[in-house]
Amino acid sequence: MAYETQGFNLDNSGKRVVVDPVTRIEGHMRVEVNLDENNIIRNAVSTGTMWRGLEVILKGRDPRDAWAFTERICGVCTGTHALTSVRAVEDALGIQIPENANSIRNIMQLTLQVHDHLVHFYHLHALDWVDVVSALSADPKATSALAQSISSWPNSSPGYFRDVQNRLKKFVESGQLGPFMNGYWGSPAYKLPPEANLMAVTHYLEALDFQKEIVKIHTIFGGKNPHPNWLVGGVPCAINLDDVGAVGAINIERLNMVGKIINDSIEFINKVYLPDLLAIASFYKDWTYGGGLSSQAVMSYGDIPENANDHSAANLLLPRGAIINGDLSKVHEVDLKDPEQIQEFVTHSWYSYADETKGLHPFDGVTQPNFTLGAKTKGTKTNIEAIDEEGKYSWIKAPRWRGNAMEVGPLARYIIGYAQNKPEFKEPVEKVLTDLGLPLPALFSTLGRTAARGLEAQWAADKLKHFYDKLIANCKAGDTATANVDKWEPSRWPKECQGAGFTEAPRGALAHWIKIKDGKIDNYQAVVPTTWNGSPRDHKGQIGAFEASLMNTPLVKADEPLEILRTLHSFDPCLACSTHVMSADGVEMSKVQVR
Amino acid sequence: MIETFYDVLRRQGVTRRSFLKFCSLTATSLGLGTAAVPKIANALETKPRTPVLWLHGLECTCCSESFIRSAHPLAKDVVLSMLSLDYDDTLMAAAGHQAEAIFEEIMTKYKGNYILAVEGNPPLNEDGMYCIHGGKPFIDKLKYVAKDAKAVIAWGACASWGCVQAAKPNPTQATPIHKVITDKPIVKVPGCPPIPEVMTGVVTYMLTFDRIPQLDRQGRPKMFYGQRIHDKCYRRPHFDAGQFVEEWDDEGARRGYCLYKMGCKGPTTYNACSTVRWNEGVSFPIQSGHGCIGCSEDGFWDKGSFYDRVTDIKQFGIESNADKVGGTVAGVAGAAVAAHAAVTALKRARHQPDAKNQHGEG
Repeated sequence: MAYETQGFNLDNSGKRVVVDPVTRIEGHMRVEVNLDENNIIRNAVSTGTMWRGLEVILKGRDPRDAWAFTERICGVCTGTHALTSVRAVEDALGIQIPENANSIRNIMQLTLQVHDHLVHFYHLHALDWVDVVSALSADPKATSALAQSISSWPNSSPGYFRDVQNRLKKFVESGQLGPFMNGYWGSPAYKLPPEANLMAVTHYLEALDFQKEIVKIHTIFGGKNPHPNWLVGGVPCAINLDDVGAVGAINIERLNMVGKIINDSIEFINKVYLPDLLAIASFYKDWTYGGGLSSQAVMSYGDIPENANDHSAANLLLPRGAIINGDLSKVHEVDLKDPEQIQEFVTHSWYSYADETKGLHPFDGVTQPNFTLGAKTKGTKTNIEAIDEEGKYSWIKAPRWRGNAMEVGPLARYIIGYAQNKPEFKEPVEKVLTDLGLPLPALFSTLGRTAARGLEAQWAADKLKHFYDKLIANCKAGDTATANVDKWEPSRWPKECQGAGFTEAPRGALAHWIKIKDGKIDNYQAVVPTTWNGSPRDHKGQIGAFEASLMNTPLVKADEPLEILRTLHSFDPCLACSTHVMSADGVEMSKVQVR
Repeated sequence: MIETFYDVLRRQGVTRRSFLKFCSLTATSLGLGTAAVPKIANALETKPRTPVLWLHGLECTCCSESFIRSAHPLAKDVVLSMLSLDYDDTLMAAAGHQAEAIFEEIMTKYKGNYILAVEGNPPLNEDGMYCIHGGKPFIDKLKYVAKDAKAVIAWGACASWGCVQAAKPNPTQATPIHKVITDKPIVKVPGCPPIPEVMTGVVTYMLTFDRIPQLDRQGRPKMFYGQRIHDKCYRRPHFDAGQFVEEWDDEGARRGYCLYKMGCKGPTTYNACSTVRWNEGVSFPIQSGHGCIGCSEDGFWDKGSFYDRVTDIKQFGIESNADKVGGTVAGVAGAAVAAHAAVTALKRARHQPDAKNQHGEG
């Protein structure tokens, strides 16, 4: 079968290659592609391979508990669902939060951005660009010279790199390769010289040590990480600057710790992450694939409210808007509550609707599992050899914005900020392009996605400092409130209400929709970043962002999915997020599926 | 020829002196005396790095994230020097069939000598296809890899109890692993997620002493799950003195009073949060002002709101151990669900009118 959609010519006649599991992601995912005679991808099919059904589980529960349930949607982007959830509940109930709570929540969210982007780059993505085995043959002196030429980071002596290399050598020689076993080492798709590989592997290990420091900010304000605690109406940690409570409230010792971690994070990003990113990118400038939908259709809900309780675009530091048809001159308004804008389709998803040619807005969404395979599936129901994309083929729904498949994430945010002429986003993009000697279209690529994430980590670290200073200034001015309990008791709630909450998760636009009735959750819906990016085809045959991004990419070796992983990882897929998605009014899901 | 842990350290340039120092630190961090040092040293000198195959079922990956937060030992050192993490979807370089091939290789070469670590759980509905791995139900993979494992670790609340996807009405029939793996020793390390150093502590204990740790009746290592959070909570004196937080951000909250009235589940939760604490001892939920939500307990999602007051606290004496109370909780939880809401409402009614004036009075 062959057809054209969104400017891509899909043709599934060539050799089929299956990658299952796709690793170094959160959750479970499969991808199948067809290659032409030149090993160029001419058809791509991405399948979310898990479903947990949290929607059914949330129904009838206390809305004040929803943050804890939804936080467990994802332990990698930990906290972002919880924040989205408390915002949805507060929107429904009309709760205003104190200014300090807004600052602390922003600090929590920005901490996640910094942490998540760093771990993604080094531990989930780097091995797509970095050849670990090649690092063994590096000259540590050359690595040292390279490192010192791009950064003033102190761990850069020849001896330092030699030690790491020796450790790595012994590790490899032991024959027990652990996580590096069966990697694609030596593939011609790897372009870095040995000294750069050694630098990157060394920083892989350093970043692994450092990431555990960043999250201590979550621990201070939320008690633990992963999965810190949140609160409808504010934040759970009280502030007490003068009285007893030194261990039990935020005071100068705690604030100092937060301040130090912020400074260390800024340092690590500026002196390790970004220099590495640019150095690696400079060797892959010719690898321009993976743009997918990014040059056509991107969306962001915006996040990081400067002032508390104002969720208008003007008050959000991360940009809000949608770009369609590749027209950067027009950024459209996005309204989460407009039934015509965000709709989910299930034509090719393992769910059923009464009418599958129509989409449903999340307030009225339905999630009825329906695991059926297309007629051309190879294998059996419990041993799928090849998916039939003409039938249903994913546990992910197909969300659309005004009918368009959209890409979300750091690159989408940067493109929108760029289109809106916001200097904070436009200038760093232009600087990176200039430094690498690349034109603007180079931004719309796998590498552009990876670069935008790095720039955003740097932006987020700077904003951490901003909200830290703001929190302290507010305390200094005498305001130490952290929670508003006026509407804590359900007896003070309206009989029925509904609301929407949103954030920009590390992976992209995230929103929750809640309906509350008689003090309980009547309906809860979430459309998450990987639902957008990992979307299967819709009723019109439009492909999702993952699928689009793989199109027309050549593979160096048909049986080694290195390029496929590289592009998929550039989205930082989170499958547990994308495939839990939420239910409908009055649909008795439990009866449908529980045996 | 399989190399021992000691061989690897020596080849990495670690001197015997540093090696013994490491052993002594290990003994200390595990709460063991100096007598254990030679034993640890001997164990490490004669053992290869044990392969670990880490599978992911229905989960959120919070356990993996927690694991890499470990400070002692560092995750880096665990992975490079202590065990051989040969399969882990989250970190491994390989994907697709290159990843799948690892199972065959390790299971053959190290038959009966590898550890299976499971994060998440298998769903049984829809023939297991709510979680698909390599085109097949995850449960098939789980049983297949368990077959020749030496021991099994159940990471977190998902693998141990079922966790959030198993909360009522459990639409996918997500099932804890001990119900589907019945012929292997299973060490449950519950929590959502477990504490980083508890995770690395459990696995290094197994590598060091070549046995599974002593478990309580529910299958949890006693060393970390033998006490309730309440027993060792630094806010316990406020509980005993009747000093409670009455509402969020009140004077009691700012003074670090007891969170019992805000729904804290510390009195019924067995975990090491109030002793080991989180992220290198920086804090733990109660210290940061929110009650414990009981995330290491079986079925904690279905015990009422996280803000409902624990009403069955009187049944537990401080001396009571995990075995006794574990049994009590199991018995009471079912029977008391209906009564629970009513009792809570009554207590609320009783406490509410004068709540504002009570705090700080002791």
